[in-house]
Amino acid sequence: MATRETPVQSAASPQRAPAPNGSSAAPAGTPHEIASVRVPTRSAGSELRAIKVVWKRELIRFSRDRLRILTSLMQPFLFLFVLGTGLSRLASAGTHGVNLRTFVYPGVLCMAVMFTAMFSAASLVWDREFGFLREMMVAPVRRSSLVLGKCFGGATVAGFQGVIVLCLAGLVGVPYNAGLIAEIFALQLLLAFAITAFGVMVAARITQMQSFMALMQMAIMPMYFLSGALFPVSGLPQWLEILNRLDPLTYAVDPMRRAVFAHLRISDAARHALDPGVTWWSWHVSSVVEAAVVALLGLAMLTIAIVEFGRAE
Amino acid sequence: MPRTDSVPALAAPGASVAVSVEGLVKRYDEVEAVRGIDFEVAAGEIFGFLGPNGAGKSTTINMLCTLVRPSAGAATVAGYDVVSERDDVRRNIGLVFQDTTLDGYLTAEQNLRLHAELYGVPRELVGERMRQVMEMVGLWERRGSLVNTFSGGMKRRLEIARGLLHSPRVLFLDEPTVGLDPQTRSSIWRYIRELKAREDITIFLTTHYMDEAEYCDRIAIMDQGRIIVLDTPQALKAKVGKDRVQIETDDDEAAIAALRERFGIEATVAEGAVTFGVPEGEQFVPRLFAELPVPIRSVSVARPSLDDVFMSYTGTTIRDAESTSTDRMRNVARMMGR
Repeated sequence: MATRETPVQSAASPQRAPAPNGSSAAPAGTPHEIASVRVPTRSAGSELRAIKVVWKRELIRFSRDRLRILTSLMQPFLFLFVLGTGLSRLASAGTHGVNLRTFVYPGVLCMAVMFTAMFSAASLVWDREFGFLREMMVAPVRRSSLVLGKCFGGATVAGFQGVIVLCLAGLVGVPYNAGLIAEIFALQLLLAFAITAFGVMVAARITQMQSFMALMQMAIMPMYFLSGALFPVSGLPQWLEILNRLDPLTYAVDPMRRAVFAHLRISDAARHALDPGVTWWSWHVSSVVEAAVVALLGLAMLTIAIVEFGRAE
Repeated sequence: MPRTDSVPALAAPGASVAVSVEGLVKRYDEVEAVRGIDFEVAAGEIFGFLGPNGAGKSTTINMLCTLVRPSAGAATVAGYDVVSERDDVRRNIGLVFQDTTLDGYLTAEQNLRLHAELYGVPRELVGERMRQVMEMVGLWERRGSLVNTFSGGMKRRLEIARGLLHSPRVLFLDEPTVGLDPQTRSSIWRYIRELKAREDITIFLTTHYMDEAEYCDRIAIMDQGRIIVLDTPQALKAKVGKDRVQIETDDDEAAIAALRERFGIEATVAEGAVTFGVPEGEQFVPRLFAELPVPIRSVSVARPSLDDVFMSYTGTTIRDAESTSTDRMRNVARMMGR
């Protein structure tokens, strides 16, 4: 990725171009005219620039961190190919001939996205610890721009991680269908955004890395296991069904699984057993409603994060 | 009760004011970190805050750069109120904090570009201005290196460059040389003084090194949340007392006798040299050479130390003050849940 951009000369810019006398080429120590900069007052444009640069910083840092890209792919690989392959020998009777790996694929994709988004949000805690947060907090921009940039950045990075897992679809029997890929892509981006917003909201309050990580683990693991990422959501014991329906992640995994299963050629029995869809008091919740639940939660957490950071001194 | 009445706390009349502070107070629950201070800084001045750790210097700076809300009182920076015109203040100030606020995983150039974007520096000026400030601190050649590979001194220089990128009218430097080796410290100071010559800027800094306060046009000594005294370094030192002059001569007895006769100075032999105190040692030395009949082999002049100055105003040494105020800061930190 290009990490060093050249300043864009806008032809339409009313401001003068840099002095043609080559003053910038003067060697250090030689007195030359100082390029005086006047910082303009706050405008929508300057806020957009701030959002963009915070977003871009996330991407630069992510692209630098190859190790992180690799390690965060480790878990999905283990679940998909090791656990999925191993368990499929046990579960073949219950899956009506459907590959278990195909079944858990949406859940594993969600996991990859979640962990990357969580680590992106965690960087905010590091930023505070290493002082960089202060550089952003004293800038003459709205705190909301900083939070938005951070959330977009985290979502982009996590979305990228999701795309890598998306590329593996064919290996586990999920067809490469343009409509399907687009739908999964959009859903995982939504999830990435919501989880980053969640993490940023937590990071606004939690200032220590250990506490942040412990808290996120405590939130993410139960969320993951309850979500139905690894099991069908019908015919569960009542306590588990209630918890499952309360789990926000349920509403990210389920529409993804529906999308995948809509493109599989399988028996009705298999469909009924593996992709029953989420119900609220026997009402079938549609994919659109499910996506709306995730989006609303994400927005709510984003709002809280903005308020919290706006209040911080 | 601030004891600033007999002291020139206000900038010279007619000069435009860069920073103006009136009755500024910061309270953290029961602890008063800053207990009502008043002063003015003239545009173009290098103004220093001197005092032990925990005296309230950083809290004051944080209030002036809008990071902390004052509990009482008012302050303007570059003509803008720090509470009601926060953004205007921020656009017009540059900040270099005690702890680094650079992103170590970005290159020097990326850090500066990020800053330029956050501050909305016009795009067509970013490249030129960036080169200027980086050349000034001697880091232009290292612009492509990751900041994590920089030494402490280089990081500090880069932060100064970054603080200047948007041409602020007031540059705040919170302990700009703390934790640096003496050589790096003096090079940082060279940049700061160069800055004053090259840019139309007011510099506001805190330090607890007396020798650094020397470079300031005026300094305010702060202790336990109050400004104890505010004046030019020369005036302060003159008030504190005498410089210590030590000379090595071939005949100490004769030298002591001559000092008594010609200058009316009582000298003693300490550390193997003739030692005495005079108000302005450096000005005195030429006279000494001209008028003392005894040949002088070496001469040294020592300024009053921070302890001397501090002690004369507070009755305690700075080290004692630091140990008690560290406890106080710890209490503040605990109360703030940090």
